[in-house]
Amino acid sequence: MAKTLATRMAFGQELIEIARTRDDFVVCNADTKTCGLEKFGQYFPEREFSFGIAEQNLVAASAGLAACGNKVFLATFAVFASMRACEQVRTFVCYPNLNVTIIGTHAGLQVGGDGATHAAIEDVAIMRAFPNMTVVQPADAVAARSLAHAAVDFKGPLYIRLHRNPVADLYDPETYVFEIGKARTVLETGTDMTMIVSGILLKKALDAAAILREEGIGVRVVDMATIKPLDREAVLQAARDTGAIMTIEDHTVFGGLGSAVSEVVVQNRPVPMELVGIQDRFGESGDPELIYRDHGMDTDSIVRKARALVARKL
Amino acid sequence: MSRNTFTQQDVERLEAQAQQLRQDIITMIHAAGAGHPGGSLSAVEMITALYFHVMNIDPANPRWPDRDRFILSKGHSCPALYAALARRGYFDPALLTTLRQYHSILQGHPDMNKTPGIDMTAGSLGNGLSAGVGMALSGKLHHQNYMTYVMLGDGEIQEGMVWEAAMAASHHDLKNLVAIVDCNGVQINGWTNDIMTVEPIADKWRAFGWRVVEVNGHNMKDVLTALHTARTMRHPTAILMRTVKGKGVSFMEDESKWHGAPPSDEEMVRAIAEIQEGGVV
Repeated sequence: MAKTLATRMAFGQELIEIARTRDDFVVCNADTKTCGLEKFGQYFPEREFSFGIAEQNLVAASAGLAACGNKVFLATFAVFASMRACEQVRTFVCYPNLNVTIIGTHAGLQVGGDGATHAAIEDVAIMRAFPNMTVVQPADAVAARSLAHAAVDFKGPLYIRLHRNPVADLYDPETYVFEIGKARTVLETGTDMTMIVSGILLKKALDAAAILREEGIGVRVVDMATIKPLDREAVLQAARDTGAIMTIEDHTVFGGLGSAVSEVVVQNRPVPMELVGIQDRFGESGDPELIYRDHGMDTDSIVRKARALVARKL
Repeated sequence: MSRNTFTQQDVERLEAQAQQLRQDIITMIHAAGAGHPGGSLSAVEMITALYFHVMNIDPANPRWPDRDRFILSKGHSCPALYAALARRGYFDPALLTTLRQYHSILQGHPDMNKTPGIDMTAGSLGNGLSAGVGMALSGKLHHQNYMTYVMLGDGEIQEGMVWEAAMAASHHDLKNLVAIVDCNGVQINGWTNDIMTVEPIADKWRAFGWRVVEVNGHNMKDVLTALHTARTMRHPTAILMRTVKGKGVSFMEDESKWHGAPPSDEEMVRAIAEIQEGGVV
């Protein structure tokens, strides 16, 4: 029933569609198969710039284009955008507050076969640390397409985190609108705990919530598609209403969504929390579902950790 | 005044202007108690030629879209640039002695959002030429005729990213881009070629598809001629200017310890006196 498409491909295809009617942005590519944008130059040769396998130059040249008033989208793997070109993102995009959107693809353990070298598990922590940076991550292809429209109109440094492999659509394309900075409550019935999720693990959270409901545990599920700036009100409301929060992310628990939510919770309304994500380890090659299970990030692990979290409530 | 030609009168006017900038540099770094005199002084003739003759700019409209651009990739030499901007009318020269102070518009390295006339934030070495590539691409995209000038240090070209940018500039046929390498031969810990050999510099740029012009960076006439040549080239052009670090102040010349140290009160007086009576060349 549900359509499946990778968030990266949905985003790239939509941006190409938008470019058919708008010419107020350019695309800068390194030589990678990222999100379909490597074809941008075939359709719009004047508006695409190729930089080869040279990500530092890719980012700093994009900053130069933006300093002349252009809206720039650049695309490469999240590992390269966040680490090979880390300083260029910080000092030449974020510090001068330039209008560059950085598309980081192949995020998290879902990369699978390519293994640890190509699986970005620290990129959110890195990008989130930079002043002026906004960090977003869509949960499915519907959200990714809508995000493309929001990104074209966005002003300032923006990091878009996209996943490699297809995922089932969760959202209704007729009604869904990506609002940067706004959390979305996907399942509101639960009062025992809240799952705050960012990215494609949303499906696992919803599956886990359904299992927990059978056991009498009511779960609220919130899609935190914008990790920075964080929707603090949504976090605090979850703490007030449900008294326990689990964060779920395809990323290390150091510095990502779990940290961002914790920062708000501990300073304002401490409640028991559980951070589901990568626990200070690298990924490896293999079927992503087996790797998620190994890291305690599959649906069964989420259910188990949720039970334990609710048991910790006073 | 034509930007593409020059007279003997222009040369004399620019030489006098350069000496003014040298005094400003010494005064600023003394006032700040920190800064980089050596690489500021070696760049003075080139920065003077650009801002007081060659570049198509409007100090009353620093963000004029069709202006020529300048990126000081060796951003630590910003006292020279700040002095030029102030004397050219971008801001009050009285602000020069606020260099590096809290809330000053004159940061320790150039900040495009704090200082009128700064086209690109810079200071972390190796990045400026890439930003220049982006600016030159934008000029081509929008059919604008401006030039983009990027000044690098000779030590700076040890950064690998410089060569990513050099490769991209010739790939994209950026004849509107000029790299100016301040070959003063000295970096923070000593002679550049003792620390990491950068020669043969000209061969390196040529191998990356650039045209190369070599010039004595303290001879105003030669500098103006090189800039004119670069403007008319049909390829990206690298001007390799042979300079002396600390030029114009005898005790600072060719001394790596003056890469990043302020003069004392007494040293400032001596330096200013030398510049006033000296002249260069």
